[in-house]
Amino acid sequence: MNDKIIAEIRKDYIYNLARRGERIDGRRADEYRDIKIKTDVIQKAEGSAEVMIGNTRVLVGVKMQPGEPFSDTPNMGIIITNVEQVPLASPSFEPGPPDENAIELARVVDRGIRESNAVDLESLCIKEGEEVWMIFIDVHVLDHDGNLTDASALGAIAALMTTKIPNERFGYGEDTPLKIQNIPIAVTTADFGTQIFVDPNLEEEHICSSKVTMIFGSSGEFAGIQKTGSGRLNVEKIYNIVEISSKKAEELREKLLGVIGNGDKKEKGI
Amino acid sequence: MLQKPERLIVDGKRLDGRAFDELRPVKIVVGPLHRADGSCYIEHGKNKVMAAVYGPREVHPKHLQEVTHAIVRYRYNMAPFSVEDRKRPGPDRRSIEISKVSREALESVILKEYFPRSTIDIFVEILQADAGTRVAALNAASVALADAGIPMKGLVSACSVGKVDDTLVLDLSKEEDNYGQADMPVAIVANTGEIAFLQMDGHMTQEEFRKALEMAIDGCKQIYKLQREALLAKYGGLENE
Repeated sequence: MNDKIIAEIRKDYIYNLARRGERIDGRRADEYRDIKIKTDVIQKAEGSAEVMIGNTRVLVGVKMQPGEPFSDTPNMGIIITNVEQVPLASPSFEPGPPDENAIELARVVDRGIRESNAVDLESLCIKEGEEVWMIFIDVHVLDHDGNLTDASALGAIAALMTTKIPNERFGYGEDTPLKIQNIPIAVTTADFGTQIFVDPNLEEEHICSSKVTMIFGSSGEFAGIQKTGSGRLNVEKIYNIVEISSKKAEELREKLLGVIGNGDKKEKGI
Repeated sequence: MLQKPERLIVDGKRLDGRAFDELRPVKIVVGPLHRADGSCYIEHGKNKVMAAVYGPREVHPKHLQEVTHAIVRYRYNMAPFSVEDRKRPGPDRRSIEISKVSREALESVILKEYFPRSTIDIFVEILQADAGTRVAALNAASVALADAGIPMKGLVSACSVGKVDDTLVLDLSKEEDNYGQADMPVAIVANTGEIAFLQMDGHMTQEEFRKALEMAIDGCKQIYKLQREALLAKYGGLENE
């Protein structure tokens, strides 16, 4: 069965709850589900992280290898982000090339990392015009219970923060930690007319009129925005979302830094 | 390939001489195509965009049809010759993402419930690209939908705003887009002022974001005027009957 099919009654019920500021799983409007972040879960990868937000679970692996730079940026490393919505994660995921949802998700995660300058791409130049480091960020969705965006974005930056450049394997000396200069955090909210809910679960995601993902860098500046879904939002609501999301982004950042550790934090100059 | 200019704003003016809140020239032609149910051609600066609407019509493949409403399909496609380096034909990841969010923006106004089990297909071809193609495409699609007589809650009007040399400017040019600090395409439904499309990449403070959003909305309203004029030029005579 397609999990998009939710009885109209259920929809009414959720909207009625929303009118009173309540949610089906009992959370407050601005409350995330439990977040768990684990890093270094895949030893074969240069960096990795597993993130759970409630029952949503994603695994992010970072692989690096030398490659040819793009002709217009001969002295810059390359980041390639991909999301696999593998069929084990949801009855609605099918094998095959990524669909528009997976592509959008990958591009939003990529946008946050790229536009916040999380990685100093110039430091990844090996020989100008000939060889640079390519970073492959692969997000593997394992369990889809809503808000894959925030989980994937969190996983991606967590994995990057624990990434070691595999110099040794390619004969460039000792492995060194990848320098991270900004930590982008994505916060997704869902519009329920009278209420804005952060971190929508799967059911909320399907019936909300639209979602907005806002990505913030370490000093609270924007690194990216994406509205998804066919709802309309007035300007006041958007300002409201900015306020809620930027606050939540700080909380998530604290949480992430708590897991990755302050020692690392200093070493990486954040 | 454009050379990176030293500054994008010189003596308080943009490189192409425009004011910060000034659009490039926009030309809108309603209904240039013969076979389509509705069509629109837009020139926005050097962008040349053709949009066509087919439908409501039968859905193929059949399993895609919905019993309660029409489905909407949107294809944003760049011609191989539309850009400096030839673009490989067919959808790439960027086009797929743009198609998805643009479709959603139009779905927010199309009265899909009027046409169960059918499809409304929107095809937009970028014939020449020069920054801001997704907003030009949306503007053309929106007019083409009106030309096809598809009932809508309002016209979608789109415009981008960006940041170059730490200054917010409306409707980025190619150079400003390539070397600027941020780009934010926005679309509104002009009669309610609600936002139907919003993306941003680049860096901006929260203060700048507010100002940028206001500027973008003003730009969208200017576009709306032009869309409305173009439609009235073709259909205005009916008003007096």
